Amino acid sequence: MTADQAEEPTRRDFLYIATGTVGAVGAGALAWPFIHQLNPDASVKALASIEVDISAIGEGAAVTVTWRGKPVFIRHRTAAEISAAGEVKIEELRDPQADKDRVQKPEWLIMVGVCTHLGCVPLGQKGDFGGWFCPCHGSHYDTSGRIRKGPAPNNLAIPEYVFLDDGRVKIG
Amino acid sequence: MSGHSEFQPTSAPVKWLERRLPILSLMHGAAVAFPTPKNLNYWWTFGGILMFCLGVQIITGVILVMHFTPHVDMAFSSVEHIMRDVNYGWLIRYIHSNGASMFFLAVYIHMFRGLYYGSYKEPRELIWILGMVIYVLMTAAAFFGYVLVWGQMSFWGATVITNLFGAIPLVGDFLLSLLWGGFSVDNPTLNRLFSLHYLVPFLIAGVVVLHIWALHVPGNNNPLGIDVKGPQDTVTFHPYYTIKDTFAVVMFMIFFALFVFYMPNALGEPDNYIEANRLSTPAHIVPEWYLLPFYAILRSIPDKLLGVIAMGIAIFVLFLVPWLDTSKVRSARFRPLYKQFFWLFLIDALILGYIGAKPAEGMYLVIGRIATAYYFLHFFIILPVLGLVETPKPLPESISKSVLDKSAAGKAA
Ligand code: HEM
Ligand code: FES
Repeated sequence: MTADQAEEPTRRDFLYIATGTVGAVGAGALAWPFIHQLNPDASVKALASIEVDISAIGEGAAVTVTWRGKPVFIRHRTAAEISAAGEVKIEELRDPQADKDRVQKPEWLIMVGVCTHLGCVPLGQKGDFGGWFCPCHGSHYDTSGRIRKGPAPNNLAIPEYVFLDDGRVKIG
Repeated sequence: MSGHSEFQPTSAPVKWLERRLPILSLMHGAAVAFPTPKNLNYWWTFGGILMFCLGVQIITGVILVMHFTPHVDMAFSSVEHIMRDVNYGWLIRYIHSNGASMFFLAVYIHMFRGLYYGSYKEPRELIWILGMVIYVLMTAAAFFGYVLVWGQMSFWGATVITNLFGAIPLVGDFLLSLLWGGFSVDNPTLNRLFSLHYLVPFLIAGVVVLHIWALHVPGNNNPLGIDVKGPQDTVTFHPYYTIKDTFAVVMFMIFFALFVFYMPNALGEPDNYIEANRLSTPAHIVPEWYLLPFYAILRSIPDKLLGVIAMGIAIFVLFLVPWLDTSKVRSARFRPLYKQFFWLFLIDALILGYIGAKPAEGMYLVIGRIATAYYFLHFFIILPVLGLVETPKPLPESISKSVLDKSAAGKAA
């Protein structure tokens, strides 16, 4: 044994390292299915889009619908809210975005009702900026759903949506 | 384990077993003949109390699983089914839910005992670190368990805690996806947390074995913090500490029973008796009491990532205590300055706990920020500096001399 090793050390080392490498690659490849099984499965991803009838939502009113397990706010904004949102200086915002870039029609504000801090549902028409207030850790959003004060880093997210006609919108 | 065992099997079956699996001599060395400092006080009984708590959680938990359904549509009602229909289900569940609180109460006492008597110092650093691993696993187990009930606090607590991982740069979203298995906390999340809730207590049991193993190399620290110098300083674990630990466990059971039978919901949140509703967050979401200090630290920082980092460091810093404390003297009895800062730190932790339960606004926010700053000050400045500037009191010659002097003084008086 000892004599063998002394004669061909490099061959043995090569086989040893090669075997170890193949084993490591195999273990790595096998790890992926075990991790990936945790990701959203096909049935979860199939919950693609929803259609909502918005014709009955009067000015100043809002509905909350569920889309992909999350609440989506659909708010019919008042003229005062729209102009308040438009007057804000964009440079002063934490997550700068103009109100017109957050809506397709100014009177309809449609956004994911999930606080960008840690995921609570903010309360409507509350807080220092007349928009939304998250009770969990005190984030204030304005009438455009933009973050103004508190720990949240971003504006409330805007989902993909299209107006099918005047009374219906498709989200997702 | 280093206890010198005098285990001498006499009966034939024991001899038979001993030659094949020397488990009885191992147990004898670890829990019967083990030489233990003769001056341990009742703060040293919490290790035994903690083992009792783990046993209680495992036994009641295994029973709960027999009646519980891990599905978003049925989890909440199956818990109510346990409470109303299952024979003694209410008892088993109240023991399990209050048991988690008792477990944390005991672990906090156990940890503060370690901080007071310097039990984490050389050569016991690894015992302390293994203890911290157990603590982190306990918080995970308790969090997973709380989610299973699928009440409002379960759901929103799970939402907030999992979102903490989303704050981590680059990998945050990937981690969130792995945690949720969807776009939010939902049925896949409940299922995986159920699986982990069953697993983690057994991991804890494994780490407990390592913790005790590491403890049995140098042996116990003691209230004087000085080393054992010989057999005159110790007594055998059995019967002296088996009986002391048993007595303490019985006292603890009485305290435990007060909660289970007379105020089973005192430590819980009423909102968790409302089924999870993903469209409405309760006005105040608060974690269970044992996580409040860390929650207060998270909220006192008005930035998502920095808040998460601060909370992470607040827990992680405890792992570093053996190296942050620069004093060679273990016990606070002989450290006049550290003793005061120990109590200040305990008060600070209690204040943080109080603030964590209050809304994050106005005065609460201010106090929370000061208490958070002091928390870090204690570990990163006070602990290292104290060891350098403090003059400790003279240490007693030996444990046995100190014990004898004390009893002589007692007799004279
Ligand atoms: C480290 C030990 C453990 C801790 C700290 C712990 C903690 C908790 C907590 C805090 C709850 C929520 C209680 C409530 O509000 O109702 C819970 C629920 C639950 N736990 Fe555990 N647990 C532990 C071990 C176990 C084990 C070993 C099992 C099963 C083998 C288990 C099974 C369950 C089940 C089925 C529930 C949901 C039913 C209920 O709410 O009573 N637990 N656990
Ligand atoms: S989740 Fe909204 S402020 Fe923290």
